Amino acid sequence: MSSGFLQFRRRLVDYAATFTAAFLSAIVVGTLVAIFAYLLIKGAGSVNWAFLTHTPKPVGEIGGGMANAIVGSALILGMASLIGIPFGIGAGIYLAEYGRNRLGAFVRFTADVLNGVPSIVIGLVAYGLVVFTQGHFSAFAGGVALAIMMVPMVARTTEEMLLLVPQAVREAAFGLGIPQWRTTISITLASARAGILTGIMLAFARVAGETAPLMFTALGNQFWSFSPNQPIAAVPLQIYTYALSPYDDWHRQAWAAALVLVALIVGTISLVRFVFARSTLREAR
Amino acid sequence: MGASPEKHFSVPDRQTDGPVVRPRSTEPMGTSESSKISLLTTAQKAPAWRRSIFNLDSGFRGLMTLAGLTILVVVALTLSELLQRSALAWQKFGFHFFATSSWDPVAGEFGALPFIFGTLVSSILALLIAVPLSVAVAVFVTEMCPKPLRKPISFATELLAAIPSVIYGLWAMFILVPLLRVHVAPILMNYFSWTGLFTGPMYGYSMLAAGVVMAIMIIPIISSITREVLAVVPQHQREAALALGATRWEMIRIGVLKNARAGMIGAIILGLGRALGETIAVTLVIGNTPQIAKSLLAPGYTMASVIANEFNEATDELYRSALIEIGLALFIVTVIVNILAQLLVWTATRGAPARSNV
Repeated sequence: MSSGFLQFRRRLVDYAATFTAAFLSAIVVGTLVAIFAYLLIKGAGSVNWAFLTHTPKPVGEIGGGMANAIVGSALILGMASLIGIPFGIGAGIYLAEYGRNRLGAFVRFTADVLNGVPSIVIGLVAYGLVVFTQGHFSAFAGGVALAIMMVPMVARTTEEMLLLVPQAVREAAFGLGIPQWRTTISITLASARAGILTGIMLAFARVAGETAPLMFTALGNQFWSFSPNQPIAAVPLQIYTYALSPYDDWHRQAWAAALVLVALIVGTISLVRFVFARSTLREAR
Repeated sequence: MGASPEKHFSVPDRQTDGPVVRPRSTEPMGTSESSKISLLTTAQKAPAWRRSIFNLDSGFRGLMTLAGLTILVVVALTLSELLQRSALAWQKFGFHFFATSSWDPVAGEFGALPFIFGTLVSSILALLIAVPLSVAVAVFVTEMCPKPLRKPISFATELLAAIPSVIYGLWAMFILVPLLRVHVAPILMNYFSWTGLFTGPMYGYSMLAAGVVMAIMIIPIISSITREVLAVVPQHQREAALALGATRWEMIRIGVLKNARAGMIGAIILGLGRALGETIAVTLVIGNTPQIAKSLLAPGYTMASVIANEFNEATDELYRSALIEIGLALFIVTVIVNILAQLLVWTATRGAPARSNV
């Protein structure tokens, strides 16, 4: 076997590998493009004023919208944020500033584990904790379920962002006689705020699309509801119900709702990526 | 990571405990009698609010620790809730629950085997599809692709991670399932029916559809973690391979992939954890039939989707308890899988966290 042939073969394998990797990457990107394209094609025609301002029509009647689900999602997410963000930031501060010990390592590990627990299981837990105790489905139970999902995500990003603040900054503050709690709030937390905000928005975007934890908690509702103690509609739940229904008009509305939801989520993420904290996240790697 | 965590230390408490009287030993006695007295009085005169604020330190620390401990409490509550509410099914069926395959709520027979089978088969199928694709994306982005393409491709995979499960489900139900039924299934049945995996009538809703949609959903997580793992392979490994005359692919194979093996396995297991718990998209396309079929074109059922699909209809205690027991099993399995993955990624990146939420 001449060495020329070997060289040729090695180069051929190299080209083939490059081509394969590029081709497979193209498939992945192509899938994304296909999903977005179908969302636009199927959804864009159905997103109109009535869709955004009306409640669902009775089964079988054409028309109506998802205004109640949009408001419901906003309420559930509001409650989830009110519970989840303070606990998440608090836990993040604990991990970064006080958690450099065994207990801290255990909490960190548990947070990562909690992050990997399937959302349907979180739904079961919120059902047991809130719905079962209260005796009825409620928007609040949905909020609790989503809050449980937010806490570990917010905690871990807060921790990472706080650790990026140079130690010298803290020492400078201590040198001025500022107590540690004040340093943490006004100096460390303030320096890391862009990154923490990014983390919060990413966590928010992620739970905004969750369906499984809401199925046995918020349950869904075809009518207006503003009470945290009543079952309430949510956009992802509505998409799920409509997708399973046999009606074409509901399928059409499911696509419209999907488009609205994805636009909100992708909008949030793009905002985070390109406007806020361009540098912070990169440095975190 | 920036500052290494080990170097982190907290300032000694006594510095912030309260207004401490300065040491006076260096001052010669007698000469500064008056200043000493004035110093003491200022300290004593420090307003009450000021002293209480200095004491806030321990309070703040306690509050933050409490917030951290809630994470432990939540996981403990999860376990106790699931255990408590599945006790009925556990008492009635014991281990047989996971070994029998008849699921007949009306007759009060509950066996979880078809769901375990469905979860395993669909997850493995998803991994078989997703792993080559995700590793290819990661390798392409970190080692091969021209710089201007790097960011858009990474961003595209990140966007794939951001799309909610229910939207994948909707898309799969109306686009992917018909596509598989009309175009893909006939080919598989024609050429691969001898394997026994692609036989029978294909109605679209199937294990195959579930596996494909799951694969799309776990590609972002596997590829982003693989990317991180590849990024921490020391540059000199690449240079050494190139210096020996390796082609780029040989350099990647010998210098990069071999070094990143543990971390990549961790990434794959983390993807497996995601796949096992994936619910909504799978429920919409798998056909929800509790059976153990050899053919991938037949409908199936998974642990997560049976909970999603039947929990609200489950009116009697035993039925509900059986579903929660499936939830408990799912919880335990995903926790074990995640711990394993975290450890692997952790050893690979030397303590950099495995970010499952990017």
